[in-house]
Amino acid sequence: MSGKSTYTPKSGFTKWLDSRLPIIRFSYDTLVDYPTPKNLNYWWTFGAILTAFLGIQIVTGIILAMNYTPTVGDAFNSVEFIRRDVNWGRIIQASHSVGASMFFLALYIHMFRGLYYGSYKAPREVLWLLGVIIFVLMMATAFMGYVLPWGQMSFWAATVITQIFSAIPFVGEAILEWLRGGFAVQNATLTRFYSLHYLLPFMIAAVVGLHIWALHVPGNNNPTGVTVKSNQDTVAFHPYYTIKDTFALVVFLIVYAWFVFFAPDIFGHADNYIQANPLVTPPHIVPEWYFLPFYAMLRAINFNVTIPFTDLVLLDSKLGGVIAFFGSIVVLFFVPWLDRSPVRSGTFRPMFKWFYWLFVIGFIGLGYLGAQPPEGIYVAIAQALTAYYFAYFLVILPILARIETPLPLPASISQSVLDRNGAKQGAGSGAAA
Amino acid sequence: MPMRGTISIKVLVLALAAALLWGAPAVAQEHAGPKPALQSWSFAGIFGTYDRNQLQRGFQVFRQVCSSCHSASLLAFRNLSQPGGPEYSEEQIKLLAAEYIVVDPADPLSDRPAVASDAWPNPWPSVADARAANNGVVPPDFSVIAKARSVPMDFPWWMLNYITAYQEGGPDYIYNLLNGYHDEAPGGFTLADGQSYNDYFPDHALAMPPPLSDGAVDYDGDVVPETVDQYAKDVSAFLMWVAEPHLVERKAIGFRVLIFLGLFAVLMYLTYKRVWSGVKH
Repeated sequence: MSGKSTYTPKSGFTKWLDSRLPIIRFSYDTLVDYPTPKNLNYWWTFGAILTAFLGIQIVTGIILAMNYTPTVGDAFNSVEFIRRDVNWGRIIQASHSVGASMFFLALYIHMFRGLYYGSYKAPREVLWLLGVIIFVLMMATAFMGYVLPWGQMSFWAATVITQIFSAIPFVGEAILEWLRGGFAVQNATLTRFYSLHYLLPFMIAAVVGLHIWALHVPGNNNPTGVTVKSNQDTVAFHPYYTIKDTFALVVFLIVYAWFVFFAPDIFGHADNYIQANPLVTPPHIVPEWYFLPFYAMLRAINFNVTIPFTDLVLLDSKLGGVIAFFGSIVVLFFVPWLDRSPVRSGTFRPMFKWFYWLFVIGFIGLGYLGAQPPEGIYVAIAQALTAYYFAYFLVILPILARIETPLPLPASISQSVLDRNGAKQGAGSGAAA
Repeated sequence: MPMRGTISIKVLVLALAAALLWGAPAVAQEHAGPKPALQSWSFAGIFGTYDRNQLQRGFQVFRQVCSSCHSASLLAFRNLSQPGGPEYSEEQIKLLAAEYIVVDPADPLSDRPAVASDAWPNPWPSVADARAANNGVVPPDFSVIAKARSVPMDFPWWMLNYITAYQEGGPDYIYNLLNGYHDEAPGGFTLADGQSYNDYFPDHALAMPPPLSDGAVDYDGDVVPETVDQYAKDVSAFLMWVAEPHLVERKAIGFRVLIFLGLFAVLMYLTYKRVWSGVKH
């Protein structure tokens, strides 16, 4: 809530500063005094985890950049040089590459939490939109970062993904050439990707600032989806959520450290330890795991759309795939206006729940299919799941809002807490809150 | 009314999950051939470390057999005396390096005996020479070969790798490849001149003839068998070390980090409980 500031400067210096640049007041209002619903569960800790990982990626990335050489002749060996000969290099490099995977894992959890609890609904539409923008920027950053080690998968992923733009009618080829800086992926592509890979995280940081600002105006959503009604419903962000977020972050770091130190290459592909070779195409070109669901949708459209009873092609399969690929992201921008149900939290929406979990399973299924060769039954299932992905947003959410009878909502957050604790004690579990 | 809708959706969810799980293996039969046998490596798992004696034997195989055709440009002589590797003494490495003649980087027109800081010498003066001498195929560089190869794993078994921290697909592949030669290709399979049939090589037609034979490398003492199987194990382990020279150090730091994070998590949890003790939530 953007309530009144309760900060009172005490010393002479803070009073002097407060009337010139109220930065301490700002920090106090946003990080200490900020009233936060008291019933947030652990799914709400991923915002803090994501912020921490943005920091980890920027710090490790800056150190890697000190030793990395962005030319096609030296890039591969310079990454190996970091791993072999730079002090702590193996660990810093592993922290960065595993960090990208953990960053996306946390991001997907964060987004799916928002989708379940209706965190995109009024008055948080702008918050959601900024989140989708961060997602797009992160995808661009991760994709360009994956190209930098200049292994076989780096090179061929860059080739395949930039190729996507050539499907755009009329201007596609020109855009492709402009993106690559030439007719093929080559030195100019690598250097510009390196430059942008260094730039985009700072843009992400800026949008994260806006995202947090847009969070602090309406305040947090919560598992009941019921709006905060009184001070009874909230606690101060510090120390209540600083400590809870820190605990969750440390647990997440344990998982992260497990992979960094014991299986640093587990999220990668063996082919990326082969230096890029434009003359040898790997048998299966697979992007990093976090792009697989979208890659599956891109490849699922393997048919032309024709005018019925004629051979006239309205939409060829390549452009169709690209539309599915970009559409799957663009549709996220419209979610706040597609789901008109007045109830935010999925907990109180008996029908929504099932469609939601089907959506989650379908998305994971698309991830699995993205790693498989595009043939046989894989394509058929990918087509069905792609159709469901779009139907969920464009058909199911709008219809559910009309036909579903939601369960009765608790009168307030405090009331729901009381009800829950009462039920617990009644069941004899005796757990104290 | 909503109840009935709920049940049919439930059926749909389960049917879809089942389709994903069962439909997948039906089309995954494209690469025929025996499954590679996974080995138990000393460096596997979170407690794994390299066996120094095995690395020294593997180096012997690499030096006497592999390195006559394969380069290892990122391996320097000095690496062989680093902690966590074969750990030859610095004296041994100086003598070893001096046996090789390399181009002097300070004066590219002249040669000199190698020193510890030099990279392992490339057996071929140029890529064209390498190709011409090897049946039209350039023998791949061995610097990170053990990370650049893997063994296929079926869904859902590879998911266990996240828990077991399995990272030994490369050495498993190399070991199986070295043991996977057939004297003759199976019926109906045609090999080009100079190619050999191998169970584990993609498409089976391998330009490298079987490089190892029993007794080809003489190990000190009589304890370790001088067989293709043993050579293959030793050289696979050695190549893993070449690709991942800081593995032991990395895991050792990992334990300290995990212990720290574990304790930190406990403290944070107790603090969290304490801070929230007065709040019903």
